[in-house]
Amino acid sequence: RKIIFEKQWFYLDNAIGHTYGTTFEVTSGGNLQPKQEVEETTTETKEAGTDNRNIVDDGKSQKLTHDDIKALKDKGIKGQEIVQQLIENSTTFRDKTEFAQDKYIKKKKKKYEAVITVVKPSTRILSTMYYAREPGKISHLRYDTLAQMLTLGNIRAGNKMIVMETCAGLVLGAVMERMGGYGSIIQMYPGGGPVRAATSCFGFPKPFFDNLHEFPLSKVDSLISGTFSTETLPSEENTLEEEESNGLTDEKQTSQLETEEESTTETAMEINQIEEQDTMDVNAEDEEFKENKEKANKDNVRQKQRKQWERRKKLIETAALLTEKNADGLIVASKFHPTPLLVSLLEFVAPSRPFVVYCQYKEPLLECYTKLRERGGVINLKLSETWLRNYQVLPDRSHPKLTMSGGGGYLLSGITVVLDKGKSDSSHFEALKMEEPSSKRCKVQDLHC
Amino acid sequence: MSFVEYGDTIKDGDTAIVFLGHESMFPVKVQHGTVTQTKYGVIRHSTDLIGKKYGSKVTCSKGGWVFILHPTPELWTMNLPHRTQILYSTDISIITMMLELKPGSIVCESGTGSGSLSHALIRTVAPTGHLYTVEFHQQRAEKAREEFREHGVEHLVTVTNQDVCKNGFGVSNIADAVFLDIPSPWEAIGHAKSALKAEGGRICSFSPCIEQVQRTCLAMEEYGFTEINTLEILLRVYNVRTISLQIPDLGKAAEDNSSTGFDSSNPSNQGSLCASPQQGTVQFKSGVPLREMVGHTGYLTFATKS
Repeated sequence: RKIIFEKQWFYLDNAIGHTYGTTFEVTSGGNLQPKQEVEETTTETKEAGTDNRNIVDDGKSQKLTHDDIKALKDKGIKGQEIVQQLIENSTTFRDKTEFAQDKYIKKKKKKYEAVITVVKPSTRILSTMYYAREPGKISHLRYDTLAQMLTLGNIRAGNKMIVMETCAGLVLGAVMERMGGYGSIIQMYPGGGPVRAATSCFGFPKPFFDNLHEFPLSKVDSLISGTFSTETLPSEENTLEEEESNGLTDEKQTSQLETEEESTTETAMEINQIEEQDTMDVNAEDEEFKENKEKANKDNVRQKQRKQWERRKKLIETAALLTEKNADGLIVASKFHPTPLLVSLLEFVAPSRPFVVYCQYKEPLLECYTKLRERGGVINLKLSETWLRNYQVLPDRSHPKLTMSGGGGYLLSGITVVLDKGKSDSSHFEALKMEEPSSKRCKVQDLHC
Repeated sequence: MSFVEYGDTIKDGDTAIVFLGHESMFPVKVQHGTVTQTKYGVIRHSTDLIGKKYGSKVTCSKGGWVFILHPTPELWTMNLPHRTQILYSTDISIITMMLELKPGSIVCESGTGSGSLSHALIRTVAPTGHLYTVEFHQQRAEKAREEFREHGVEHLVTVTNQDVCKNGFGVSNIADAVFLDIPSPWEAIGHAKSALKAEGGRICSFSPCIEQVQRTCLAMEEYGFTEINTLEILLRVYNVRTISLQIPDLGKAAEDNSSTGFDSSNPSNQGSLCASPQQGTVQFKSGVPLREMVGHTGYLTFATKS
């Protein structure tokens, strides 16, 4: 299959059988396998200037023209050699300081020596990639924020988690990775079915999907009030369409990520389960989708009915899991207003369990905080945000790279406790406390939080 | 209770967290016949704790009450007895994700210190993974062992009392990830490389000073680590407050006052035709940053062995 990445196209066939982390160079349409360690070409003349007092920008320092460079490229000459040519034809190169020379070479290498590294998919890679490439699809959830969620939510093997996300299945995948197939996850979904485009990029083994349940958000209220029935399911066609579009996005998103390193553009893309020649890790949904498609083609009504019946059975199972009200945590990261989600979904969580809500904006979480305080049954509420700063570390050239602030989103986290019914006066004190943080009265009641 | 498994009810021998409210809590070891003093009075373990559900409200002798919480690595981090400077959950989260830890991972750590990170690592790699942690200070190593035993996670961790810079981690070619929090991590990079699996793995080093980072990066490059990346993560916490700001009196006539477009929260203000009209206010909710926040913990340097 042909894949286009960073203005290059190639076939992945040659990459099979290599270990993850292998670097490839692209030729005309296939993959070559160059050495892991490229010998650093040192310019034979180690001449360098000390400052730029005599360097004039006249636009004529590079003696090669655009056409010359294009000709070199068309000849299929190695990128490394093109870079060497550019250096040799740069009149100012020798006057530049050593650091500036380094920088110049780096820049040119990035442009002319395209190498691709194939790496194994993981939350680290996928969340970095999504934030860089498709931030809109994951509500601008930055990877450090996702990391906080997994820790604050005490995600681990054996938990029974409730996840409500509209982040293309990235958050779900991150939770699944941390649970390693132990325990169960109930994914609440809006509309016709859960979106799991990013989840399928992880290449989870099939057993991981055995304890992954889904439940439509539109049924939550009826479940809480006890009027739940399976009569009105979200229509099957919707689900099909949803899955179909999932399948398509999967195709489009052969996951790729760019990390800069040394002096090359190192690129990572994932191939699920390379060692196994045939891709056995077709995700459960895709299979279902294929099956569905065939059956739809055959127009086999009985099969359809059976599917419907099976889905209903699954739904009843999931509903039963929820009504036990003993979930070990709740993770919310969606495009919806968090308050109604939280107030309803916390019903299903056992006491003394963590919950984490992500929101791209601070204001909805302010309201959510207040509402949760009124509702009670939660303690240790915390509204937070993380800032991430990357550094360039080189001898005598260390400094921060860029500050990523804002745009990483906000988190509201807390711990559930046993809700005492009929003790609403504590919320009143809460309100007082919030209005007047400095107030010294009702010392004893102050500990109600 | 265990740090790697939720339990519903409080049992004899559990470590529980007593939550007094507003960020104040402390850990308690539950034992029959023991009492714990709080500022709201006494908690009697046998009657007040054992058999109760985690997350319950417990009324103390003076009528005040506290909540009893199930221990988690995060709560432990906030309450553990410090034997060294510790890592907090903000750094721990990014370390866990960037080292790609999950159930089944084999991790090497040095130094163990107060065990703040150790508990989080054990939580993540359980039930099939393992933590090999090295601490050169004998008393601290001993104390850590004791804590792991108390918390029901000793089967998931091996504490070794030796100098990681001289003697390494005591294992070779089995780790998926290595974490270093020592004064001179560059001296342990070689040992870290040999501890990691032959097919590769991830490494992270935590250092407060940039000079340490520089040396570590050089050492990593020397040993052939790739994807070297240094970052710093800062936590900002916000207090949720309702703020009211006064609307300035610009000497407008009272009837114009209501047309300023603000929701006057002070109804007596409207239609009052006094010569000195009462000041109106605008109320809104705000997330107010804390007056003081942690500005720097340390630099985190990650790299890959492949």
